[in-house]
Amino acid sequence: MIPQSRYYTEGHEVFRASFRQFLTKEIMPYREEWQAAGQLPRALWRAAGEAGFLCTKLSTEYGGGGGDIYHCLVILEEQTRACFNEIAFYLHSDIIAPYIELYGTEDQKRRILPRMASGDLVAAIAMTEPGAGSDLRAIRTTAKRINDHYVLNGQKTFISNGQVADLICVAAKTSRENSSDISLFLLETESARGFKRGRNLKKLGCKAQDSSELFFDDLRIPKENLLGGEEGKGLHQLMKRLPEERLIMAMSAVANMESALETTVEYANDYSRPGQRLMDVQNTRFKLAEAATTCTIARTFLNHCLDLFIEDKFDATLGAIVKWWTTEQQFQVVGECVQLYGELGCLMESEIARRYADSRLGRIAGGTSEIMKELISRTL
Amino acid sequence: MAELKYTEEHEIFRGAVRRFFEQEFSSEAKAWNEAGKVPRSAWQQAAEIGLLCPTIGTEYGGAGADILHAVILLEEQIRSGSPAIGLNLHNNVVAGLIERNGSEYLKKYCLPRMANGEWIGAFALSEPHVGGDLAAIRTTAELDGDEYVLHGRKTLVGNGYSADVVIVVAKTNTEPGNKDINLLLVDATAAGFKRGPLLKTIGQGVLDSAELFFHNVRVPKTHLLGGEGTGSTQLSDSFPLESLMAGVAAVTVMEHAIELTTDYTRDRMVFGKPVLHYQNTRFKLAEALAEATIARVFLEQCLNEYIGGKLTRTTSAMLKWWTAEMVSQIVDDCLQFHGGYGYMLEYPIARLWQDSRGAKTCGGSTEIMKEIIAVALDQPACAP
Repeated sequence: MIPQSRYYTEGHEVFRASFRQFLTKEIMPYREEWQAAGQLPRALWRAAGEAGFLCTKLSTEYGGGGGDIYHCLVILEEQTRACFNEIAFYLHSDIIAPYIELYGTEDQKRRILPRMASGDLVAAIAMTEPGAGSDLRAIRTTAKRINDHYVLNGQKTFISNGQVADLICVAAKTSRENSSDISLFLLETESARGFKRGRNLKKLGCKAQDSSELFFDDLRIPKENLLGGEEGKGLHQLMKRLPEERLIMAMSAVANMESALETTVEYANDYSRPGQRLMDVQNTRFKLAEAATTCTIARTFLNHCLDLFIEDKFDATLGAIVKWWTTEQQFQVVGECVQLYGELGCLMESEIARRYADSRLGRIAGGTSEIMKELISRTL
Repeated sequence: MAELKYTEEHEIFRGAVRRFFEQEFSSEAKAWNEAGKVPRSAWQQAAEIGLLCPTIGTEYGGAGADILHAVILLEEQIRSGSPAIGLNLHNNVVAGLIERNGSEYLKKYCLPRMANGEWIGAFALSEPHVGGDLAAIRTTAELDGDEYVLHGRKTLVGNGYSADVVIVVAKTNTEPGNKDINLLLVDATAAGFKRGPLLKTIGQGVLDSAELFFHNVRVPKTHLLGGEGTGSTQLSDSFPLESLMAGVAAVTVMEHAIELTTDYTRDRMVFGKPVLHYQNTRFKLAEALAEATIARVFLEQCLNEYIGGKLTRTTSAMLKWWTAEMVSQIVDDCLQFHGGYGYMLEYPIARLWQDSRGAKTCGGSTEIMKEIIAVALDQPACAP
């Protein structure tokens, strides 16, 4: 049994119970419907906002819950245990809202954050481009200042929430000469001319999470919507936020491998061929022992990172280590579980198959494993 | 996570240990390592600065120090190039078993001599054709008056070639299915006790290893550790500490190997640029560094649990096998980056490769560890 962090309180447990209830009533009955639709309905965001499950970490001053990273962890653990990994409240609440809270002008915070907390605005962040994945300096979308506006031209892809988002945080170059001169813009999509959403891209897993191409064709954004009001700060802002985003990816990975192990242990104990339980086969026992070891170590390391995060000692290298290792191990562990399930593990109606398909994304999204290794190797 | 409480006193101890290995041991270490054992004078030197039985109570000649001293000692021994002295076995296994389970008489009899370097301790479990399978051992101890008559043969006994005192695992009842395991303390001067030749090992994982023969050796009844039939419990109680020390050794070797390799590849040029600048090198070393970081955090968590009396059999087994497999992988990758030099024993990485091979097999193999973990999973009730 891995000891719980000293920062995890009774209050988090109460929050967990109430989110679990919300999940059971408002989310799980519709899972298949939403996965078939390829996106989550807007009504869910409003319901989640009303019930206090959006922007849980955001300061109460701006309509948030005033919580900490453990609230994000609780939500991820609960949705993952229920095998609905792709609900992206964390993206909206814990990845995008902090950009505005930390770097936005007072006007931006007051205008936008309360509406994000209530679920009236659904947020997305647009960094990746067709020719530029994890390499931010290579992005080609430009923003040119003309009087009171910035005019954006370019294209983004793989944007989560892109189909439904009302607020998109767009990374664009404000100078052609300097590759690091990147700025972030708060695009309010309602009434934005020159903005077009492309297809909802079909993915291996994470079916209810929409993922889109976005097009900007002389898109005009008022200068008041330049995040923080100062050009050229984007790269720095993104870099500062990445370790926490990677910690969140790791939280999801650990929760998913634990849930996969739990259900597979149960299956191996229950399922028997004539004369022999699956659990009585040595290969099963060894594979599950390996998976249990990996899960225990991953959870221990995650707790360590969460504590350091709360103590403000979590850095980019640790972010890369925890993201790389837990997402790779997640894929490995869930893959071994699929194997133990046999053909049942290959049916999309089985939980383990969905966990497996979802887990493939972990090694790519939020900076690929290869980028993580680049970052780690810089400390050598 | 609660942090380990390393104090200034621990750092002073670390400094003393480091100096000892650098100054006292360095000149002869090479010859000793080739021999696979150290002379008795080395044990006495170690005793003089308090490296024998540091965690044993002061009333028995130890220093009454905490477990972190044992950790520091092992870390520094490895960092100095693993001189061939079986301190961990002597201090933590043999003296540890005696202190935890021995009668007052036995503790007074053995521990001060083990602490002052007069006696070297060994632990004899494995037998030919049996390995470490407790249920299958065939050495017998039959009670005859006030003495046990010990009969049997042990092998792969670490410290066995030089030992003065050996804890021998034996059965008092050899009927099939009997699980009556006993631990007997045997004096190496006893009649009927004989040693085989020094066994050659791949590396320093097991030291001073020998076969031991017991031909009707008479052992006083008072030399039984704990009660009759309590051997299994005593051994399973000492399993967490043994696994912990195996984890300390493995993690220290990982860190040391990465350091050596980073330094080596930074200087070594291939096709006009340092090996470290090739992406393959950087990625492999990044993986190793990440794994060593994670292993260290897990080890510290286990140490904390051990100090709090909460380190379970399952978690101990996880630590043991996982760090053993990781260190083998990492050291092998690191050796690869040394090219042909990595194959030469004068390079430390080659010796780390040799020394770390024992991790996966000695002290309970990876396979046994997985069996132990699987037992905890093999309960329908553990699923929700």
